[in-house]
Amino acid sequence: MSSHGESFATLPVAPKPALRRFHQARWDEEIIFELSRPGRRGIGVPAPDAPLVELPEGIGRATPPALPELSQNQVVRHYLRLSQETLGADLNIDVGQGTCTMKYSPKVNDTFVRDPRIAELHPLQPEDTVQGVLEIYWRLEQILKEISGMTRVSLQPGAGSAAIYANLAMIRAYHASRGEAGQRDQVVTTMFSHPSNAACAKVAGYEVITLMPDADGYPDIEALRAAVGPRTAALLITNPEDTGIFNPRIREFVELIHAAGGLACYDQANANGILGITRARDAGFDLCHFNLHKTFSTPHACGGPAAGACGVSEALVPFLPGPVVDRDGESYTLNSPASPVGKIRPFLGVTPNVVRAYAWVMALGADGLREVAETAVLNNNYLLHKVLQIPGASVPWADKRRVEQVRYSWQELAEETGVHSEEIGIRAADFGVHYWTSHHPYVVPEPFTLEPTESYSREDLDEYAAILAQVATEARQDPEFVKNAPYNQTVHRIDATSLDDPAQWSPTWRAYCRKHRR
Amino acid sequence: MIHPYIPNAGPAARAAMLAEIGAPSVAEFYGDIPADLRLDRPLELPAPFLDEHGLVRHLNGLLARNTDTTRVLSFLGHGCYPHHVPAVCDEVNGRGEFLTAYAGEPYEDHGRFQALFEYVSMMGELLEMDVVNVPVYDGFQAAGTALRMAARYTGRRRVLVSGAVAPDKLSMIHDYLAPDLEVVLAPVADSGEIAEPALDHTFAALYLETPNVHGVIETRGRELAVLAHGVGALLVVGTDPISLGVLAPPASYGADLVCGDIQSLGMHQQYGGGQAGFIASRDEERLVAEFPSRLFGIAPTAVEGEYGFGDVFYDRTSFALREEGKEWVGTAAALWGITAGVYLALMGPQGMREIGETILARTRYAMQALASAGALVLNQEALHFREFTIEVPNADALLAALRGAGIFGGVRISPWRVLVCVTERHSIADIDTLAAAVKDALSVTGGTK
Repeated sequence: MSSHGESFATLPVAPKPALRRFHQARWDEEIIFELSRPGRRGIGVPAPDAPLVELPEGIGRATPPALPELSQNQVVRHYLRLSQETLGADLNIDVGQGTCTMKYSPKVNDTFVRDPRIAELHPLQPEDTVQGVLEIYWRLEQILKEISGMTRVSLQPGAGSAAIYANLAMIRAYHASRGEAGQRDQVVTTMFSHPSNAACAKVAGYEVITLMPDADGYPDIEALRAAVGPRTAALLITNPEDTGIFNPRIREFVELIHAAGGLACYDQANANGILGITRARDAGFDLCHFNLHKTFSTPHACGGPAAGACGVSEALVPFLPGPVVDRDGESYTLNSPASPVGKIRPFLGVTPNVVRAYAWVMALGADGLREVAETAVLNNNYLLHKVLQIPGASVPWADKRRVEQVRYSWQELAEETGVHSEEIGIRAADFGVHYWTSHHPYVVPEPFTLEPTESYSREDLDEYAAILAQVATEARQDPEFVKNAPYNQTVHRIDATSLDDPAQWSPTWRAYCRKHRR
Repeated sequence: MIHPYIPNAGPAARAAMLAEIGAPSVAEFYGDIPADLRLDRPLELPAPFLDEHGLVRHLNGLLARNTDTTRVLSFLGHGCYPHHVPAVCDEVNGRGEFLTAYAGEPYEDHGRFQALFEYVSMMGELLEMDVVNVPVYDGFQAAGTALRMAARYTGRRRVLVSGAVAPDKLSMIHDYLAPDLEVVLAPVADSGEIAEPALDHTFAALYLETPNVHGVIETRGRELAVLAHGVGALLVVGTDPISLGVLAPPASYGADLVCGDIQSLGMHQQYGGGQAGFIASRDEERLVAEFPSRLFGIAPTAVEGEYGFGDVFYDRTSFALREEGKEWVGTAAALWGITAGVYLALMGPQGMREIGETILARTRYAMQALASAGALVLNQEALHFREFTIEVPNADALLAALRGAGIFGGVRISPWRVLVCVTERHSIADIDTLAAAVKDALSVTGGTK
């Protein structure tokens, strides 16, 4: 045996190959219903130690729900297999989900929200028993006021789109208070702002006018000039837009809206690159919103719970949804001022994420936030430099600077090889990373959007660029190979045709069994 | 110090990267931001804690100013409920793979898609409905959207909403529908249930909740469904799925859309941070077309016997169509959906029946105990699940006295009324403790009004 050990010790280990030999976990796991056996159970429940209540026919449940029956360890094993088959940000160089600001979510912050002193608080407890959590709300509001320059900040919305909706509810109430609700029925937004700006405006009752980019990639200011007037309620705009280009004429946009009597609302979902650099209020905005699950590090949680924060100027404070947290000496109180805007969500907000965001800022401070912003922008420009060295990759409006993200294009590669951006993304995932194209419609042809944040090292960025270069090479050498990807994933190429066919689609297991397993 | 969260921080890494890019400084990248928009001073923020222990001490100092519901006897509910959270729920939703995933494709995130598909599938069994959405923010949003769906489905502009809905929720529904829909309130009968609703052909929907805001179980569901369908309106029912191991699922008496909050299914109270909403319907193309939310479906792959997943009917969403999509879709509360799936898998049909029976029994026991203690229990003849209302001469005085005895006695819903919540976490001894304290308090502050 010892001779084997010795011979291993003398064997040279070849350097690792340039690219990771990744394979996603593949448990070939059953749907949970297939694991069910009658009589098994996963947990005990307190028995009814008072007389049972008899329910009349039609009120009581006639047949037990066909829920799966599993032992506890089977449930654990099943869900851990599924978690292994999920590529969380903790596991990968998550720069490919551009606009999503996939930054590191510090583990210590999770310990605070699992503490019973957060986890087991009821939202309607007496105020004197929740002074700690109220102070955290108050403190985070002060921080976000300083970062935005706004007068007050509500932490009530459940996520970014809910914050956009909340801002629109305030805009509507503001114009109503001036007797102009009926007249001001249009909202202007831009094509490179998140689709929820347009969609929430429609729900809030507005006609939506969308500005397209001009020849320089900026939202078309002449189109804005033509659009604004007595019907204008607000401008909903982001800056830098999804292209990563900062619009230097933003103050003119705001002034045009103000001159028409409208309000200017800044979508700061992706504020990561400009923390401490430039502020919403200083550009004249009346409202803004942040996503705590993006810029402020709270985990994305498979798509929420998240948290949104709405900042408003003095004039909009009377329209904030209540309650708000005020400080009175050393104590904190919940106040519900008479606002015409009602609740946006139950209770005060998504408390665990308010706590995490506060803790994140308190681990960084003002210097740290500036380092976050500058490093995110440095990383983005470094990755831009790397990606532009890949033949077939390009950026629209290449002469413009980029801030914290870039929308790129594979148009040249697609024309040369017939391989499309979505297909490149699926193949890139074979190397253990995510990749995202763009919101719809694709204004930039064959788009992909990268946002490296401050969380990734230079080596990480080199690796991501090398993956893209490899896939581009494969596309040239063997387009069909890329088109038939993935190869290293939990499952093989999905046939999605049934998902749009009402006769076949199966949005639940019971629908699947009814349609396909008779 | 190179900050532990920022690998490329510090002058050395920065200089090397700038050299490779060929840029003189990071300031160069900000060159398009006009000088007059630049903040010309550092942000004024509190001094940070650059060591982790310092941060922990700071947060612990703040948390020490909270008294949580494990340290008192709490009967607070009213939309956020103290149910037992199985340890496995926390184990699964604490897994970094789930906690930090976001919007990957159904290849590298297969597990996320499967876990959410299984969540909606288990909800589908509980609700006896074939279509359930990936969670929206909370039960408020679910109700607002379900009513908008009904309006689009019927092409009508009015909805009749039960008066037995929480005031905050009514406020949200009203605001959410206000731009183009009219909300009419349906009165509540003396029984605590919804009164005979005045429906006509202008209404898109009748909305009621069971158990309602006061814990009363509506018993005329089938009759109300017939009434709504008779005028071409939909019956939309708000419910708490934790009741459905014992209560008939609304679809069984004719509900067209069912919605609510899933916080009860494995989420800690979290000062209101555990809310998440569901909407369910039958598998009818026109109804499915009205969902704004993501719907995950099962699909075949290139390999036989392999399950793939994807979005069902994506071209109805705002992701696909911006303002031409149905309302909007975005990040909401997916991890709570996965957690609720874990909860339902642990509970199974037996667990859901038992927890329902226990809550029903203890609720009735608590109503009788508080009546014996001298409180006026409202609608005592009605069936209640988990919550009920007591009327006393002075709610504030009662709650203050109970506080003195280490009890959060309930939610004050008027100067005379308190909503009391009893779950499987409250033992008979806990309820007896409450009743004794109520009796003591009322003997001091006065008995039945």
